[in-house]
Amino acid sequence: MAGQVFAYIRHHDGKAEDSALELVNAAKKIAGGAAVTAIVAGSGIDSLCAEMAASYKDVWKLDNSALAYPNAEVIRKALVNILPANAVVLVPHDTFGMDLSPGLSIKMGSPFVADIVDVEADGDVLKIVRQEYSGQAHTHVECNMSAGAVINVRPGVFQPDESKSAGGSVTDKSAAVGDLTCGRKYLEVVAAEAGDVDITKSDVLVSIGRGIEEEDNIPIAQELADAMGAVVSCSRPIVDAKWLEKARQVGTSGQTVKPKVYMAMGISGSFQHLGGIKGNPFIVAVNKNPKAPIFQVADVGVEANILEFMPSLTEAIKAL
Amino acid sequence: MEILVCVKRVPDTAENEITVRKDGKDIVRDDLVYSVNEWDNYAVEEAIQIVEDKGGSVTVVTVGDGDSEEVLRREMAMGADNGILLKDDAFVGSDGKGIATVLKGVVQKGKYDLILCGAQADDGAGQVGGMLAALLDVPYASLVNSVKVIDDKKLKVGREIEGGNQEMNEITLPCVLSIQTGINEPRYVGIRGIRKVASVEIPVLGASDLGLDAGAVGKAGAKVKLVDYFVPELGAGAEMLEGSTEEITEKLIELLKAKGGLK
Ligand SMILES: Cc1cc2nc3c(=O)[nH]c(=O)nc-3n(C[C@H](O)[C@H](O)[C@H](O)COP(=O)(O)OP(=O)(O)OC[C@H]3O[C@@H](n4cnc5c(N)ncnc54)[C@H](O)[C@@H]3O)c2cc1C
Repeated sequence: MAGQVFAYIRHHDGKAEDSALELVNAAKKIAGGAAVTAIVAGSGIDSLCAEMAASYKDVWKLDNSALAYPNAEVIRKALVNILPANAVVLVPHDTFGMDLSPGLSIKMGSPFVADIVDVEADGDVLKIVRQEYSGQAHTHVECNMSAGAVINVRPGVFQPDESKSAGGSVTDKSAAVGDLTCGRKYLEVVAAEAGDVDITKSDVLVSIGRGIEEEDNIPIAQELADAMGAVVSCSRPIVDAKWLEKARQVGTSGQTVKPKVYMAMGISGSFQHLGGIKGNPFIVAVNKNPKAPIFQVADVGVEANILEFMPSLTEAIKAL
Repeated sequence: MEILVCVKRVPDTAENEITVRKDGKDIVRDDLVYSVNEWDNYAVEEAIQIVEDKGGSVTVVTVGDGDSEEVLRREMAMGADNGILLKDDAFVGSDGKGIATVLKGVVQKGKYDLILCGAQADDGAGQVGGMLAALLDVPYASLVNSVKVIDDKKLKVGREIEGGNQEMNEITLPCVLSIQTGINEPRYVGIRGIRKVASVEIPVLGASDLGLDAGAVGKAGAKVKLVDYFVPELGAGAEMLEGSTEEITEKLIELLKAKGGLK
């Protein structure tokens, strides 16, 4: 018999993140009919806990000034102290979950599966779907959860449960967090620098990815953007290579954009990139690989070399 | 500072179309272009820069097969001082914890102040660094995008968090860090550099050299089992525009006009 299922609630400025309600539905697939417990760790979190009790049958409150900032190393210690040994713990696969969960699974002595996109419970066996190779291959993965498990769930793949019908209650577990000293001390958050263009203000984005191949090819995209009255944005590798400034990066670790039209040029369509595209824009993808995952989310696709296709499109627009 | 960097040889997803084998047991591996995992390359560069500044040495290590030696040599050509190949039939089929357990063995044979790995590799799990730190009982920070040595006991590290913001932490040594891309600009490795290290001896260690129980690693020790690779039932996906370039651009322009994509 599998253990109690827990969902770790991420929050900032007193508000739960989207993943909080997505995990309700992910957890249901694992727990079946059994109750799911939300874990809310932080400082001064009473109203958030009350809010979560609308979506989770039970909410465990861990209120401690040492948890005011979610330092994963500190939170891991608290979790190891409060969780039952066979707990099945769901955590969003974001920059916090990536920090917390691998180590948590070792300390809990339970298996860890990262970045899952689907799951089903077959008795004590979790049948999980993941992706590898930047989304180019899917895998079925199995692990037995009878001795517990730590599962990181990809943000955005499960529908949020908006029903708020759990009618749950809050249990204060703050006294049980134990010793929270650790070798990593949180200092501060340094806000991202603003750039000279604000890509979030543009209705049309010509966004380039690694398919642009060389820095010298960037003017090809700029010319298309100019012809369209658009702004050039990009995926992460373009920023890593220092070809464009960080403020032009679309994605979870960059900007969140809500354009009307998004032109994905030589971008494969990783979930971290797509995580920055909101508001359901019209997405045009041009990629030389017909199996690129971006074609699954785009409205219109063209299988082509962007270095040839973009200039043709620019010319055709100019000729209008 | 003595630094160990864990690296992996992976199919280069920017260079390859990945396809699944008919039997689902693996991806098709013939004709794949392999390289060092992108994240690991940044980790090695960071280690080299720290050693250039503070002294010490950089050792690169990988758990892999005979072919994996090439990525060790590549990273040694970049400037890593030593390479170690961890190779044993007993390691085959390891899950994340299995790999971390093998790496723990090699860490305990040396005396390292700092252990770096890439934030994630080809399976996108990003698990080995955090597991290794927990197995060693040392502090961990993931997605590190800046490292500053404060003294021989502490580092100041920046972590990349959502929205491109940076979370600053102080962390005590020894520790494990997983490195995020963009932290530095990895130096170029030329053919000459590779030739220079072509004959450097790379020790190969197996389970018994590391004092590991073969049952704790590899397929035998894996609690997370890969069942198969598969091609999912895909949704409708994008409407693919076909025809001559002229026909395609004409159609696309119509659509862009309708959707407000042209001014
Ligand atoms: C914690 C974390 C946060 C991240 N945050 C972000 C983020 O905010 N934003 C982001 O973008 N990524 C982010 N990433 C990285 C992300 O996982 C991917 O590595 C990245 O999005 C890939 O960028 P890409 O699509 O440009 O490159 P690739 O995945 O390499 O894709 C390049 C594509 O171009 C195609 N191509 C190549 N040449 C041509 C050509 N000549 N013509 C047409 N097509 C061509 C290829 O077929 C391929 O599909 C993050 C990763 C991590 C771990």
